[in-house]
Amino acid sequence: MSLDDLFREVILDHYKNPHHFGELPDPTVSIHLKNPSCGDSIDLQLKTEGDRVVDAAFRGQGCSISMASASMLTDAVRGKTIEEAERLLVAVQEMLRGAGVDPRLGDLTALEGVSHFPVRVKCALLAWEGLDKSLRKLHPPAGK
Amino acid sequence: MDTQAVRRDFPILRQLVHGKPLVYLDSAATSQKPEPVLRALDEYYRTYNANVHRGVHVLSELATERYEAARARVARFIHAPGPESILFVRNTTEAINLVAYAWGRAHLRPGDEVVLNPMEHHSNLIPWQLTARATGAHLRFLDLTPTGEIDWNSVDRVLGPRTRLLAVTQVSNVLGTINPVAELVAAAHRVGALALVDGAQSVPHMPVDVTALDCDFLAFSGHKMLASMGIGVLYGKPDILAEMDPFFGGGEMIDEVTLESATWKEIPWKFEAGTPNVAGAISLAAACNYLDQLGMAQVQEHGSSLAHYALAQMQQIPGVEVYGPPADRPRGALVAFNVRGIHPHDLSTILDQEGIAIRAGHHCAQPIHQWLHIPASARASFYIYNTPAEVDYLIAALQRAKEYFAHVLG
Repeated sequence: MSLDDLFREVILDHYKNPHHFGELPDPTVSIHLKNPSCGDSIDLQLKTEGDRVVDAAFRGQGCSISMASASMLTDAVRGKTIEEAERLLVAVQEMLRGAGVDPRLGDLTALEGVSHFPVRVKCALLAWEGLDKSLRKLHPPAGK
Repeated sequence: MDTQAVRRDFPILRQLVHGKPLVYLDSAATSQKPEPVLRALDEYYRTYNANVHRGVHVLSELATERYEAARARVARFIHAPGPESILFVRNTTEAINLVAYAWGRAHLRPGDEVVLNPMEHHSNLIPWQLTARATGAHLRFLDLTPTGEIDWNSVDRVLGPRTRLLAVTQVSNVLGTINPVAELVAAAHRVGALALVDGAQSVPHMPVDVTALDCDFLAFSGHKMLASMGIGVLYGKPDILAEMDPFFGGGEMIDEVTLESATWKEIPWKFEAGTPNVAGAISLAAACNYLDQLGMAQVQEHGSSLAHYALAQMQQIPGVEVYGPPADRPRGALVAFNVRGIHPHDLSTILDQEGIAIRAGHHCAQPIHQWLHIPASARASFYIYNTPAEVDYLIAALQRAKEYFAHVLG
C-alpha cells in the first residue's frame, strides 16, 4: 500500500476545504467526540425534520483522515432518512474494517484506502461514531 | 561509545519496515532490548523459574536470590542507601500511585498543598488529582518560562508552609527540559515538604544519584531502560517507607495474619503483595549492568548530542516548529516538533512508510500541549543505538513529507 492509497485526492480536498464546517443554528442533536489517544476532537450536529436529516455540520481539529471523514459524512447524511443513515453508517464501518469497496458509497469509497492502514482506521471512524451516537439519541432502540 | 557495537546487541534493529531499514526513534515510549537482557529473561524461564520467598527447594532459592540481587543492583544503579529502599512495581505510573495512595491519603489534610507544574506526564498529575479530591488537599502549579523551563520566581511564590509535597519530572517527555531537581528538592525541604522525582525519562538516560539529589521518592520504569515491560521501581527513603501503610494487601507482604487483622513484613516486602515480576526484576538488573558498562555519563552525552543535532537541523527547515529549551540549553534525548500543515498523525504515517518510527499525539501530557497552544506534536527520541546518520535520514524524510503534502494538497 502506498501513501497515495491513504491520502486520496478526494480526502485531501475535503481536508483542505471541509464541507459544512461550523455550527447549525438549531441542531436537533449535538455530539462531542474525542479520540483521547491522539487529541483529535469533533463536534457533530444534525438537524432533523420528521424522520429525515435535513442538515449536518461539524467542527473540530485533527488529522487529514478524521477531518475529511467528518466532512464527507456531513455531505452523505444530508437528505437521508434516519433509517438510510443507519444503513450508511454500517456500510462505512464495514468498508473501514476491510470489507472492500461498496460502489454505492460514492465519494466515501475514497476512505477505503484507510482500511489498509490499521492504526489510522480510528481516525476515519471518529465522526461515524458521532453519527452512531446521534442516531441512537434520535431513534432509541425499542424498549428504552 | 561504539554505537555500531551497541547496535549489534539489538536484534530487533536488523529488520526492514516497508522494505526500509528500521529507524527506531521512539525510545521515550519504550526502549529496545539488548541480547544480555533477552538472555537473562530466557535463562530465568528456561532454567530457574520458580516463585520467590516461599518454596523450600533449589529453584525457588535461586529465583529468590536473583530477585533480591536485582534489588541490590538497582539500588547501586541509582546510588540508593540500600536494597530496602527499592520497591519493585509495574512501572512509573504504579510507583507514583503508590505514593499518592499510601503516603498521600494518610498524610494530606484539607488545605494542604501538592505542588506540580504544567510539564508533568499524566502519570504524575492524575494520581495527585485523585488524592486531592479524596483528601481536600489543593494542587498548585509552578510556572514555566517561555522556553519551557521551571520559572524560579514561581518556586518561591508557590512553595510555602502549606506545601506537603513537590512532585516534579527530572526530564520532560515533550519539551526535553532537564529540571534542576536537586535545587527543587532542597526548596521543598526548606518549607518542610517531601519531594518526589519522576525519573521515567531521566534514569534511562543520565546518571541519577538519589543520595546526592536527596529526593524522598524516585519513580521509574524498566522498559524505557532496556529491561522488559511490567517492571518498575519506586525508590523511597527507608524511614519514610517504614512509616507508611501498605498500598496493596495480600500474600507475600504479611507477617502474621488472623481472620480479623494482620501485621506487615518489613520494607521493602511490605509493599510487594502477590507474586512479583521476578523475570522483570532480573532483566532490569541485566539492563543496569549493560548501561553501567557503557557508562551513564557516555549514555547521556550520546542521547543529548543526537537530540541537539536533530534540533539544529530541524530549525533549518522552514515550517518546522520545535519545542522546549533553545539549542544552548541542556536537553534530554528527544525533540518534539510540528511540520506546518501536516498533522502529526499524518506525518507519522508518512515517516512509517520510510521505516521511521516516531511518536505522534499528546504523549500522555495534554497540559503541556495546552500550554504550547497546540493540539498534538510529533516526537523523535533517541537512545544508545541511534546514530547521527539516522537523524540525517529523519531530516531528509521530513523534507520529503513536506514536499509530498505540499504536492498532494496542491
